[in-house]
Amino acid sequence: MNDVVISVRELTKRFCNFTAVDHISFDVHKGEIFGFLGANGAGKTTAMRILCGLSYPTSGSGTVAGYDVMHDGEEIKRHIGYMSQRFSLYNDLTVWENMRLFAGIYGLTSKQTEQRSTELLDRLNFSSERNTLVGSLPLGWKQKLSFAIATIHRPEVVFLDEPTGGVDPVTRRQFWELIYEAANEGTTIFVTTHYMDEAEYCSRLSIMVDGKVQALDTPARLKQQYAAESMDEVFRTLARGAKRGE
Amino acid sequence: MNNELPIGGIDQAPCVMNAIEINNLSKRYGKVQALDGISFAVGQGELFGLIGPDGAGKTTLFRLLTTLIHPDSGSAKVDGYDTVNEYRIIRSRVGYMPGRFSLYPDLTVEENLQFFAATFGVTIEESYDLIAPIYKQIEPFKKRPAGKLSGGMKQKLALSCALIHRPSVLFLDEPTTGVDAVSRSEFWDMLAGLKKLGITILVSTPYMDEASRCDRIALCNEGKILGIDTPKGIVRGFDRRLYGIRAKNMFTLLERSRRVAGVEDCYPCGEQHHLVAADNFDVAMFKAQLSDMEDVNIVIKEPTIEDMFIKLMKR
Repeated sequence: MNDVVISVRELTKRFCNFTAVDHISFDVHKGEIFGFLGANGAGKTTAMRILCGLSYPTSGSGTVAGYDVMHDGEEIKRHIGYMSQRFSLYNDLTVWENMRLFAGIYGLTSKQTEQRSTELLDRLNFSSERNTLVGSLPLGWKQKLSFAIATIHRPEVVFLDEPTGGVDPVTRRQFWELIYEAANEGTTIFVTTHYMDEAEYCSRLSIMVDGKVQALDTPARLKQQYAAESMDEVFRTLARGAKRGE
Repeated sequence: MNNELPIGGIDQAPCVMNAIEINNLSKRYGKVQALDGISFAVGQGELFGLIGPDGAGKTTLFRLLTTLIHPDSGSAKVDGYDTVNEYRIIRSRVGYMPGRFSLYPDLTVEENLQFFAATFGVTIEESYDLIAPIYKQIEPFKKRPAGKLSGGMKQKLALSCALIHRPSVLFLDEPTTGVDAVSRSEFWDMLAGLKKLGITILVSTPYMDEASRCDRIALCNEGKILGIDTPKGIVRGFDRRLYGIRAKNMFTLLERSRRVAGVEDCYPCGEQHHLVAADNFDVAMFKAQLSDMEDVNIVIKEPTIEDMFIKLMKR
């Protein structure tokens, strides 16, 4: 059985004569929590846009959830989950209305929508909030709901773009427990973060510098390799070597 | 430095001990109590950090201290002046870098700086010595529209603009949010440089790891202050034994540990989980109870600011 959910080879994106993403290659396996780190301007966002089917590479090859990053952007979008750093649910809709909206966008039938929403609400202990306006929920709940909705169509892989920015340390941890749980059940997680302690929660980490993947391994082995006490130190050592600014 | 204007402009401040005094300050927006009766003081020349998540009330406090809004109750003084009755004086003495980029994107780097200088009736040349360590890094791009700068460069320009009139107190609202770990560290180096010149700095951040760069910090959450002390003092207040635990399956470890007797709290923290032990916690018993799990490891940990924050939040 092939358990590779994301696979890219020599993936490159050029804008005029600027190479934002420079021949990157890696595989992400089923159930992994894959941390995608890099300084501002290292090319993370550009790479992530390609993996999410929002942009096509200039050269290289790869697949996400079985679809070709060169040609099948639309299929990729349908088969992945995505949660952005900006809260992107609708504040003026209720919890359930938000779920129905996103389920509809992803093409679930009304029966599937009902089933899946009930299941997610149960899991979050949220059933009593079904008809609450999302705008009136505390930030931590909103974030958990965003994650749940990003998985409403049971995607193989969920992309989380700085999901915990500005969140208090208790809620941040509760959010990571949801991620752990999802990964434990086989959902692949692809996550970016500026919090280096969160980087340590990942199964494996890649660190981009100047458009290239400069390091890729488990947090423990990266620390060993760079003789560092923490991921923060590893990150700084690598990012300080960057030639280009943001 | 020679024959430049003193920090705080020509006028000398009235003789005060504290640069900022906050007295039982409250502010409500509709149903949200943004600030709930907070009080503290910041000494002159102090680098003081407000550490807390979104919704803690940090921005509301900045807007009150920079005289942009009035409190519902309570009072505050900046440089000895009242924020309500003497707001004009305060405005000329403080520098403010709001959380959102608030320069003019269509003006160039240099034009933005000139604009702020003109607003305060000074020239770039007069204050060049003060802003030079920061401004020099973006000066090569001075003809570029501010909107076309990178995040880190915008941040440096905003700080230069906030300093152009040689303020005595600097208010920085989440200057490092969304900025990568290396640029964040460089920004704190710049603040340390400004502190040496005697400028009082009140800075907010959601990143707990930045707390150690401050002289003193206030941990805040939901409009209240959970604790105020030096970073070391805050950590000393953690009155429980703390352990770091690991196992092959970290998720199961978390769930199982929480059910062991004497475990007050257990939460993920980087490569380990942190375990807060009650008095009846016993390491040997803990290991015995999890003996069926692979590679269980438990070590004593020094608490961090974040451990204390979690403890105070849950109290």
